[in-house]
Amino acid sequence: MLDMKQDFFELFGLEPRFAVDLDRLEQAYLEMQGRVHPDRFAHLSDAEKRLSMQWATRANEAFRTLKSPLARGQYLLELKGVDPAFETNTAMSAEFLMEQMEWREALEEAREAADEDVLDDLARRIRRDTKGLVEQLQAAFDTAGDLEAAADTVRRLKFLEKLQHEINDALTALES
Amino acid sequence: MALLQISEPGMSTAPHQHRLAVGIDLGTTNSLVATVRNGVPQCLQDENGKMLLPSVVRYLPDGKVDIGRSAQAAQAIDPRNTIVSVKRFMGRGLKDVAHVETMPYDFVDAEGMVRLRTVQGVKSPVEVSAEILKNLRERAEHSLGGDLTGAVITVPAYFDDAQRQATKDAARLAGLNVLRLLNEPTAAAIAYGLENASEGIYAVYDLGGGTFDISILRLSRGVFEVVATSGDAALGGDDFDHRLFCWILDNAGISLPSDRDSRRLLMKAREVKERLTLDESVPIRTALENGDEVDLVIEREVFAEITANLVSKTLKPVKKALRDANLSPEDVKGVVMVGGATRMPHVQRAVGELFGQTPLTNLDPDTVVAVGAAMQANVLAGNRATEDEWLLLDVIPLSLGIETMGGLVEKIIPRNSTIPTARAQDFTTFKDGQSAMAFHVVQGERELVSDCRSLARFELRGIPPMVAGAARIRVTFQVDADGLLSVAAREQTTGVEARVEVKPSYGLADDEIAEMLKAGFEHAQNDMEVRALKEQQVEAERVIEATEKALQADGELLNDAERVELDVAIAALRSAAEGQDARAIKIQLEVFNRASNEFASRRMDKSIRGALAGHKIDEIRI
Repeated sequence: MLDMKQDFFELFGLEPRFAVDLDRLEQAYLEMQGRVHPDRFAHLSDAEKRLSMQWATRANEAFRTLKSPLARGQYLLELKGVDPAFETNTAMSAEFLMEQMEWREALEEAREAADEDVLDDLARRIRRDTKGLVEQLQAAFDTAGDLEAAADTVRRLKFLEKLQHEINDALTALES
Repeated sequence: MALLQISEPGMSTAPHQHRLAVGIDLGTTNSLVATVRNGVPQCLQDENGKMLLPSVVRYLPDGKVDIGRSAQAAQAIDPRNTIVSVKRFMGRGLKDVAHVETMPYDFVDAEGMVRLRTVQGVKSPVEVSAEILKNLRERAEHSLGGDLTGAVITVPAYFDDAQRQATKDAARLAGLNVLRLLNEPTAAAIAYGLENASEGIYAVYDLGGGTFDISILRLSRGVFEVVATSGDAALGGDDFDHRLFCWILDNAGISLPSDRDSRRLLMKAREVKERLTLDESVPIRTALENGDEVDLVIEREVFAEITANLVSKTLKPVKKALRDANLSPEDVKGVVMVGGATRMPHVQRAVGELFGQTPLTNLDPDTVVAVGAAMQANVLAGNRATEDEWLLLDVIPLSLGIETMGGLVEKIIPRNSTIPTARAQDFTTFKDGQSAMAFHVVQGERELVSDCRSLARFELRGIPPMVAGAARIRVTFQVDADGLLSVAAREQTTGVEARVEVKPSYGLADDEIAEMLKAGFEHAQNDMEVRALKEQQVEAERVIEATEKALQADGELLNDAERVELDVAIAALRSAAEGQDARAIKIQLEVFNRASNEFASRRMDKSIRGALAGHKIDEIRI
């Protein structure tokens, strides 16, 4: 019996590893939604409508998780029983923490000065660093099998994602 | 997967199986109803050959209700009882509505949604909208010669949960079975994409009478995927009229116009705005109640100047949507213009400049939404073969969250999440022995609760005494394919549960709707009874037909005993449907739904296995 306990990789017929063929993922997702989406069941019984909503919800959740490197990394850790402990773990390198502080200061200054160029520049730097970390994460999961290193990289990525959001919010605020 | 074309005659289901389904564009200024007939989508006309129904409702002293053009004509003589642009009030409190001071209504600032006092008593915007929908339903039934199976009603993509719920309630009051609430720009994209066989990233810029939406979509063979949406639920052509109205007051030296003069000048302003689309300058001449004359001339460029900041107000959400989609203007292959207000040349110019290309205006901006809604209704009613259907993936426009300590918002579902979607978040108690927890559900992007929209409040009681921080209360948000939210809260260690349908702070309570439905019944008791019976019969037929079709396709999923059980349930439902008792049919429908649960579930499994069959099935442990 199929059930909702299948993990997201199984759901889309993918191997549970960090490197994911995004085209194949998307194809599997669209194929799945094509079959379970509520629009396919709008004229059918309530039981079928309810099941369809549950499955379509699950497919969306799975796709969202596997598509993003950070969410995928977090999910893989969860599957392997490792808690990335965002709130409590402070075992990040001093160097990384220092860089974070510098970035936060730069963000604050740019926000106060309403300097769009500096904000754009920060966003670019974060994108570049994110890319590097994603490569590290893939190596940690798929090559080295080092879950500790993976958890550390996931924590760093989380930090960068938050910063990216704040920069976007600051840019949006500048426009209004 | 779906073909990018409109179904040809012969490709659709056999005529006797064709279900009557319509798309309704419930607009601020005008409303329309459309359907797909013989594979061709078309807007339905009234008895005078008009497609556009002005969204104007006039309550008359004799209990009659006048809707559309004649009501519109009466607005200057009976402004208090003639409601225009009611969409602006849907799911809104009095303080949320702009320009209240120049509106000639007798507002009742009830808790929750604003009400209007008319000669027929206090009316909620939901009831006023229901009159418009009822009029269109009757037009469609008359024109198509039968009862409707269902309708797709369009809403602005940027409508929040309260506004969506209000729209669905209005449809229910109007006796419509809502197949889906569909976002207006998405409806336009369906009509546009299928007509033009488009692929790639498209932006739909939808400036209606009272709302502005921008949606960024990825169109590919058979898939319409909304990547991001943004907008302003209180910005539209009406605001351009209002600017021009103020300009007229200034230049004619009128300080305090009467209600009737206000209406007259607002109507004049709209007419002049429309003429400025073609003419470089337009005279404004009209007589006031006191005999004074207004005699002015306005140039197109002056109009563009006095409304320039309204246009730039639309460009901010456009940039935000692009940023959310992680795209730049040059990634966009085409910009589709929707809504009558996009006819204004300076709007087209500004949009063209931002995207660096001439916007697409080849579809009628007034009808494209209704046409797209009709196409979707045709699919949802099951009138197309599955392999010809397209897939529509839409998103929620605004983040959903819960109030936490200190008036802050914890976002649970971020904006632009593909629907349907569900997310859970754990909360804990603040004090030792705390036995209840109050939840405040909000929608919006800001960090402070006071800056977001309050959707609902509910409580979870019966939490067993524990030390502070020990309880684990999981709050689950579920947003369905209509973009409507339901919330459940559950204490994880004991299983104490509270489930709420989010009845928005600005919505109507279920008993209020029941009251309104009853009031409707009293006017036409027999009529309503007949309708109720008919509705149940149609529903029973629909379910029987769908199940029999399913049994033909997948009958082997049941063993003999299960098959007999389901056949018995079908027979019981059929015999109830042949009777004249609506309640009996309803009960039998519920019995049937329970009986068919297992079959539905197995069919879903089979379908999902099919989805996986094309991939590496051997990798999957089932």
